[in-house]
Amino acid sequence: MANNIVIETKGLHKTYDESKVPVHAVRGVDIKITEGEFTAIVGPSGSGKSTLLNIIGGLDQPSEGSIIIDGQDLSKLKPNQLIDFRKNNIGFVFQSYNLIPVLTAKENVEFVMLLQNRNEKERSERTKELLDAVGLSDKYDVRPTELSGGQQQRVAVARALAPKPKFILADEPTANLDSTSTRNLLDIMARLNQEENITFVFSTHDQRVIERARRVISVEDGKVESDIIK
Amino acid sequence: MAQLFKLARRNIWRNKRRTIITVCSILFAVFFATFMKSMQKGTWDNVVNSVVSNFFGFAQIHENGYWEDLSLNKSMEYNAELKNLADSDENIQDLVPRLESFALGSHDIKTKGVVVIGIDPVKENKLTNLADKIIQGKYFGEESKGAIIASGLADYLKLTVGDTLVMIGQGFRGLNAAGKYLVEGMVEFGSPELNNGMVYLPLDQAQYLYGAEGRITNLIVDTDKPKKIKETVSSLKNTLGSEKYEVMDWEELIPDLVSARQMDTAGGTIFLNILYLLISFGIFGTLLMMLKERQYEFGVLLSIGMKKWQIFIMLWFETIVLAFIGVLAGILLAMPLIYYMFANPVALTGDMASAYDSFGIEAVVTAAFESGIFIQQGIVIFVIVTLLSLYPFFKIRSLHPVKAMR
Repeated sequence: MANNIVIETKGLHKTYDESKVPVHAVRGVDIKITEGEFTAIVGPSGSGKSTLLNIIGGLDQPSEGSIIIDGQDLSKLKPNQLIDFRKNNIGFVFQSYNLIPVLTAKENVEFVMLLQNRNEKERSERTKELLDAVGLSDKYDVRPTELSGGQQQRVAVARALAPKPKFILADEPTANLDSTSTRNLLDIMARLNQEENITFVFSTHDQRVIERARRVISVEDGKVESDIIK
Repeated sequence: MAQLFKLARRNIWRNKRRTIITVCSILFAVFFATFMKSMQKGTWDNVVNSVVSNFFGFAQIHENGYWEDLSLNKSMEYNAELKNLADSDENIQDLVPRLESFALGSHDIKTKGVVVIGIDPVKENKLTNLADKIIQGKYFGEESKGAIIASGLADYLKLTVGDTLVMIGQGFRGLNAAGKYLVEGMVEFGSPELNNGMVYLPLDQAQYLYGAEGRITNLIVDTDKPKKIKETVSSLKNTLGSEKYEVMDWEELIPDLVSARQMDTAGGTIFLNILYLLISFGIFGTLLMMLKERQYEFGVLLSIGMKKWQIFIMLWFETIVLAFIGVLAGILLAMPLIYYMFANPVALTGDMASAYDSFGIEAVVTAAFESGIFIQQGIVIFVIVTLLSLYPFFKIRSLHPVKAMR
């Protein structure tokens, strides 16, 4: 199981032709991430780490190269197939939480499962299990605006886990959190990683996240500068 | 789908200001459109009713070709078939006979061309309330053999009640028509055309004058269901056949009035279309605002697995619910005002009132209180909003999650 490759990028390039001056955001990235990893992609602003994360998540297309998730080449999928693939295989945690404001914490977690047409019993059990796991068993019926930033990000983690994805992509998940919330969130994610073997990939420049990661991939000018497994 | 509707319903109340602006735009569109349409229709219905019920009736039966020639030679025998025709259609209250022709009317040294109308006094009064227009003398009784003349004509001929009017003209099939009649009453019409030339005689007196015993020129359909007049005309045509008689509704009898109404309605339609256009821009503006504000959110929804068509359906639900609320509120707001205008017509004064009076039309502005207008305008606005709500489809189709979340 430990050697099961979940994410593989081959010769990944991404060039933006904005303002007729090409911007090379990613230049030839080859990485492999196996199941159960707790990986941080680090680098300064503009290094290309978010672009790399977007490509891995199937939100953006590479200009060159391929991205293979659990054996599936994403470039072979049609737009709607790609959406379905994302929905069933990839969980997203965003910097600004991005919960649906009109839904409660429970409904936010349930939402993706509804899109997956899971039955009510299954949805209800999994929602409870996940909200309990992120320490929000008393916030089921509370809307995002009534939750703190840390609590919202924990709901976002529960939502990302709801469809039982192959891995979680978290784009600067602690950027808007104070130190206590950051510690709580990292504790929860580390526990889920260790106890349930869930694969996490972060893009971050937060030292607290880097310290907790077991693998750190440094990106600079769109290239992998170093890849350290602790 | 239920989840999409739930999301749409909750989104509606997320930005209350935008929701209120959109609903108000739709509400005012429906309110003004129904109010305008009702006022225009009400006022024209009043004009038509005045003209039609004061003289023409909602339909007439003639000998074939009479309305073209207006000649006594195209008069018809007032036979049992015509007399019993009222029983053939439940929408017909009565059939009112007339013998209409022309003559020269004289008194003392004055002479003037007049329109002579032989009437059944009882039936005619039920149809046109002629007795109410008497300003001097009295209306025809059972034994009357005299004439009732219009006041303008009386002034010209210097006639008054009790004087004798002499008439001479051409009768049925070229006979000489001549007679003298005691003026029993004087009527006044708003329309100068009627007021300066009308002479009424009892039907048998007119038939005797023109040598047209047992004949009439017009048989007027008296109905209390004018909206069903087309049906009635069609049923009469079936009963009578088209060989001997012509059956014409008021639109065929007075095409000038129909043209005037069409002209005015066309003007109103142009105005309504401008209103629809303005409202469309207003609603479109709120849609653009909403799309811009929520672009980031749509990017997130796409990222986590919602399909573009699902986002579009959610937005479409939102707009449709707003349209439904706006249309319903607009109708509910317009209803009491339109009903008030319908129940309490506003009397015109000054030159406008004189102009209406001169055509024998009641000088009021009123509204039509008809469910058809509310339904029609509600549907028009609803369809406009529904079509506008398709615009987000094109925006969502080209949505890219990363660009949307920038």
